[in-house]
Amino acid sequence: MQMLHIVNKSPLDRSTLDSALRMAKPGSTILLIEDGIYAVTKGNKAESAIREAMKTVSISALWPDLEARGMQDAVIDGVKQVDYSGFVDLVADSSSVMSWL
Amino acid sequence: MTESTGGIDMEDEASGTIKKFAFINRKAPYGTVYALEALEVVLISAAFDQDVSLVFADDGVYQLKKGQATKAVGMKNFSPTYRALEGYDIEKLYVEKESMEARGLTADDLVVDVEVLGAAELADLLEEQDVVLSF
Repeated sequence: MQMLHIVNKSPLDRSTLDSALRMAKPGSTILLIEDGIYAVTKGNKAESAIREAMKTVSISALWPDLEARGMQDAVIDGVKQVDYSGFVDLVADSSSVMSWL
Repeated sequence: MTESTGGIDMEDEASGTIKKFAFINRKAPYGTVYALEALEVVLISAAFDQDVSLVFADDGVYQLKKGQATKAVGMKNFSPTYRALEGYDIEKLYVEKESMEARGLTADDLVVDVEVLGAAELADLLEEQDVVLSF
């Protein structure tokens, strides 16, 4: 599997999601964790950028972080939800991992 | 009396001075400790019978989102505390309209009743305060 990009900051607070979206090549995966998960919720300002990216990149979000923040029912269709072991699988299966801190 | 920073000195406390305090919450919960720390300070200020307003703007709006369930991340869910504030006579809760809308949220998505204000109205509210604390 190609590169895994991990984003953990809110798209309305930091620009790390934009950076990851700019650098993510087709076929790679972007995983949203912690405050990063707000990017994949309906009505967020990042929604259109996420929908556009989903045409070429796989978008995943960590569901424990979605649920902690009460956003579990607001996830954009087509976003894959993974648990902690799914997170490990993504890391293990990727050629390399970049955390956009 | 207006101060840019500061709290209650002993003399003020003894004479029962009440100041207008605004706590500005601008961070999402859980990702950082700001939201929880702000809540602690707000509860302390209530014990001093101050005139307290809480403002939620930017990602701070997310602190009030309904349906938070933190079991899987192993953290304390402190969102029910916002509903208990009324019991401490903290009843002035404001949410910035622009911030709420940029996040796809409405007042119905929040755990407490709030007054939704536009940025201009919020600016007026801040102007009236003796002390503004930002988290």
